[in-house]
Amino acid sequence: MNAPTETALGLTESRSPGGRILKAVTYLLVLIVFAGPLLALLVSAFGHVKDPTQLSIVPTGATLDNFKIAFDQGVLAYLLNSFFVVGFGLLLQVAVSVLAGYALARKVFPGMTVVLVAILATLMLPEEILALPLSLILSDLPVVHFNLIGTLAGMIVPLGAWGFSILVMTEFMKDVPRELEEAARIDGAGDLRIFAQIILPMCKPALGVIGVFGFTMIWDQYLLPLLVSTDSSSYTLPLALRTLRIDPAVTPGVVMAASLLALLPSVIVFLFFQRSFVHGLSSGALKG
Amino acid sequence: MSLDQADPAALPAAGPATRKTGRTAGGGAGRRGHDRRAGRWWTPWLFLAPALLLFLYFKFIPMVSALTMSFQDVQPYLGNKWVGTENYATVLQSAGFREAAWHTIVLAVGQTAGSMALGLALALLMEGQGRRLGFVRSAAFLPVVVPIAVVAELWRIMYHPTADGMLNSLLGLVGFGPSGFINDPDSSMASIMLTGIWRGAPYDMMIFLAGLTSVDRGLYEAAKVDGASRRQRVWHVTVPGLRSVFSILFILAAIRGLRVFTEVFLLTNGGPDGSTEVVMTLIYKLGLEQNRLGVGAAGAVLLFLATLILTVVVHLLRRRESK
Repeated sequence: MNAPTETALGLTESRSPGGRILKAVTYLLVLIVFAGPLLALLVSAFGHVKDPTQLSIVPTGATLDNFKIAFDQGVLAYLLNSFFVVGFGLLLQVAVSVLAGYALARKVFPGMTVVLVAILATLMLPEEILALPLSLILSDLPVVHFNLIGTLAGMIVPLGAWGFSILVMTEFMKDVPRELEEAARIDGAGDLRIFAQIILPMCKPALGVIGVFGFTMIWDQYLLPLLVSTDSSSYTLPLALRTLRIDPAVTPGVVMAASLLALLPSVIVFLFFQRSFVHGLSSGALKG
Repeated sequence: MSLDQADPAALPAAGPATRKTGRTAGGGAGRRGHDRRAGRWWTPWLFLAPALLLFLYFKFIPMVSALTMSFQDVQPYLGNKWVGTENYATVLQSAGFREAAWHTIVLAVGQTAGSMALGLALALLMEGQGRRLGFVRSAAFLPVVVPIAVVAELWRIMYHPTADGMLNSLLGLVGFGPSGFINDPDSSMASIMLTGIWRGAPYDMMIFLAGLTSVDRGLYEAAKVDGASRRQRVWHVTVPGLRSVFSILFILAAIRGLRVFTEVFLLTNGGPDGSTEVVMTLIYKLGLEQNRLGVGAAGAVLLFLATLILTVVVHLLRRRESK
């Protein structure tokens, strides 16, 4: 009996020898194609890879030389820049999202529809298209006249408000029972206390979702740091990979070592918060 | 991973949900009275202020200035000159832009179709439960979370054009000659597409898997009772059940395809011989390397219009279909 887990192809439930072999071959092939290149990256980061042709899944010895050379090239500073950007960027993004989510989920006010439409509009607007004007605006912010070009702040603030996170928070906060809020209000609690002590503690799963998505979104930024940075002192690690590769003294093994450092944080975050991740992915995409 | 891929996905979610909670909250009148008690009119705006301010600075002002720049000869420090539609004429008449637009479309279509086909196949093959299956699925999903810059550097090495390069030695095993991959104008586009599919298919797989769980199991039973073959079951039950997933993935992937920048910038930067120049790499070069900001902005506005038209058309098609 396999009724509850019935699948479209019926392959997963198959117990016949043919089905088992087919499953094993499929899984192996999938692993080779999608994880194989990443395994090659891992192996090469620790191997003696002096030439692109030596990239391989088979270990060629274990050494930390690549990392040593990478650190000599300033990779540690780039990594710290990346951590700085993702740390403060995520903090800002989460704070902005929970505040906005509270207003949109728990309040009814004139102009709310306009705000919602405006937030949806920002999601329709691919940020790549704004690249040129954004670089001009960052060099001289309207009204306050700050120049953020060449600073890490210039890579952080434009990511502070993300429509996706705000909408996820809004959806979630709507489901917090109103009775809890009413009770607190009768006890004389103001909005700030209700927000901080009642609504926010109940939103941990949503905080997980926007945390994971925000982290990967900020960590994966490329065009924005490219527009903002002026010299290597403000490079993030993904940005530095290209400069590293162009340097003739740097072997592919070193580039792979730096790449490993650049991918580990997001892979670790994914593996630890896989449930939030998959949940956010499917609920976001399928509600339509 | 460019998880901003997921953002327009949330779009269809907001509308119906707003209405839904309106109902569950138990009547508008009670709510309004309660709000009068609860706080002043500006309380929600205070909570919204940081978000609105950031959106204003980094989304709305740039959008407006992209529009105005596209009608101007932009000269930082010298003052901008109004030139009417000259920038648009320059862009539309340049062979370089038309070629880049064509490349962008080819890349977007190829990557979208490839990722969706492979993603669906993977989802069908790996649907179900089990520890081992979960492990394989997680491993297959890894390319999506790897930063795009790392993906590009890795594939660049794998695409090494000599016969002993990684992918070329695999090709050699099955008897094909060494390919130049990204270094050969004939194969450069296909190579970028392949890298894009490698990173896009697992993402599509996850969305398809989520969609598969919502296909009515009773229909599978009914198909079995009716003696339908496995292929008939997939084609007549599963695929129609995934219709909304298809259209969402299509919009997401097509928009992602039109705005493609980083992987092209890092793998070929438009070369060799301009064979992979796409709209965004061209805009980047026009605006930031040649300082022709007005012309670049006109290109960006055109790209935006293309995205907008595509989204609207797909929405209209969906609405008509569901009627």
